[in-house]
Formats: sequence, C-alpha cells, structure tokens
Amino acid sequence: MELIFFYIFAGFTVLGSAGVVLFRNPLSSALSLVGSLFGVACLFALAGAHFLAAMQVLIYAGAVMVLVVFVIMMLHLGKGDLSRLSMSFSQAVGILVGGCLGILLVLRLGFLSEPFSPPSEGGYGGVREIGRLLFTDYLIPFEATSVLLTVAIVGAVVLARKGT
Amino acid sequence: MITVAHYVTLSAILFTVGVTGMVTRRNALVLLMSVELMLNAANLSFVAFARHHGGMEGQVLAFFVIALAAAEVTVGLAILIAIFQRTGSVDAGSMNLMKG
Repeated sequence: MELIFFYIFAGFTVLGSAGVVLFRNPLSSALSLVGSLFGVACLFALAGAHFLAAMQVLIYAGAVMVLVVFVIMMLHLGKGDLSRLSMSFSQAVGILVGGCLGILLVLRLGFLSEPFSPPSEGGYGGVREIGRLLFTDYLIPFEATSVLLTVAIVGAVVLARKGT
Repeated sequence: MITVAHYVTLSAILFTVGVTGMVTRRNALVLLMSVELMLNAANLSFVAFARHHGGMEGQVLAFFVIALAAAEVTVGLAILIAIFQRTGSVDAGSMNLMKG
C-alpha cells in the first residue's frame, strides 16, 4: 500500500521536474516546479517527516515560488528569452550515462535494500522533537541561519535597488 | 515495503534532471529553478537516511537546507533583476562581462 503511494508521488515529482527542464516558458517551468516540490513534500510525509513536509509546502511551494513567479511577471521577458532546451549529443549521452551509473551505484549498496524500520518513539518527525533538536544540539547553526537570512534580505534590497 | 534504495534512486533521478537543466538551459531563471531541484534531491536523501537510522538529525539538516535555499533564491533573483535592468535580458549566454 505504502509502495503504491510512493510510486504515485515519485511519478508526480519526476514529471514535475522534467517539466521544469522541458517547458519553454519560465512561468510554466515555475508552476511545474511547484508540482515537483509538492510531490517531494508528500514523500517527506511518507518517510515520517511530517513537520518537514508542512514546512516544505509553506516555505518552498508557498513563499519561494511566489517570489519566483513575481519576479518572472516583473521582468517582461521578450521572445529571445523563451530559449528552448539546447543540448548537444555528447551532453545528452554524458548526462544519461552519468545518471544511470549513479543509480546503479546506489542500488549496489546492499544495506540500502532493507525496509524502513518502524519509528522508535511515537513523536518521530513531530514539532516537539524537531524543536528540541533545533534548540539544543543545533542551536549555533540555527542562530547562524538567522544571521544568514538577515544578510540575504539586506543583500537582496541593496542589489535590486535602482541605479546600483 | 519502501526501502532507502527507493528514496535514494529517486533522489539520484531528481539530481540528474537538475544537472540537465543547469547544463542545457540558458534562461537564468530556469537555472535557479534547477538548483532548487538539486537541493530537493539532497533533502530527500537526508530524510530517507534519517528514517533509516531512526534519528532526526537528517531532518534538521533538511531544515537548514530549506532556509539556505530561500536565502539563495532571494539573492539570486535580486542579482537577476539588477542584470535585467542593465542589459534587458536574463540570457545566461549573454552574461560575459567577467570573460568566464
């Protein structure tokens, strides 16, 4: 049963990500990226990371993609920017061979084929456990992230100002 | 039953699609979106291995990756707006001021 859902969500994700690369219009790419991110959120929930799934939908599929779509609307792209995917034969072969080798390598790692063990404690992936980890063991990275976000905001305002 | 191999294989596929977009597309907006795809592939592996080991450290790392991706997209889009104001295009092939 779980496996069926996994394949549904995985197909959704892969189709969405293929759309990002294949669509000509950046707006279509952005919308199919939303679909792909939503599929990844479903897969997070399937792996027991419920809070992370909610945050993925809120932050990624919500905030970040609204920002991207907003900028696409603002930029007034001309016909020249509707670039088609331009791939040479050697690039295509290289990507195909590299991807297949990577997947083969993954499948050869024997310990990966054990099924997921049921989560040990009841609240696995919940807000309480994640919050405890974030504010005890990972407090310094957490604070560093807040500094990073502040720097990013200031940098974005400075860069996007007119006449810089 | 779902195994870690399922998740890691999907992660490898997503990463490959992201690299493909990175290499082949010339619209800088789509390049940013391809980076998002690759970061999501990494997140997927983090979560799968966290589940495999029964801990939640991987999920915390995925949180940091999400925050980092938000910062990256913000600055990247701001740079794109600045470039668009100067040149009127977001074609990555025409950005050759630094002779890269």
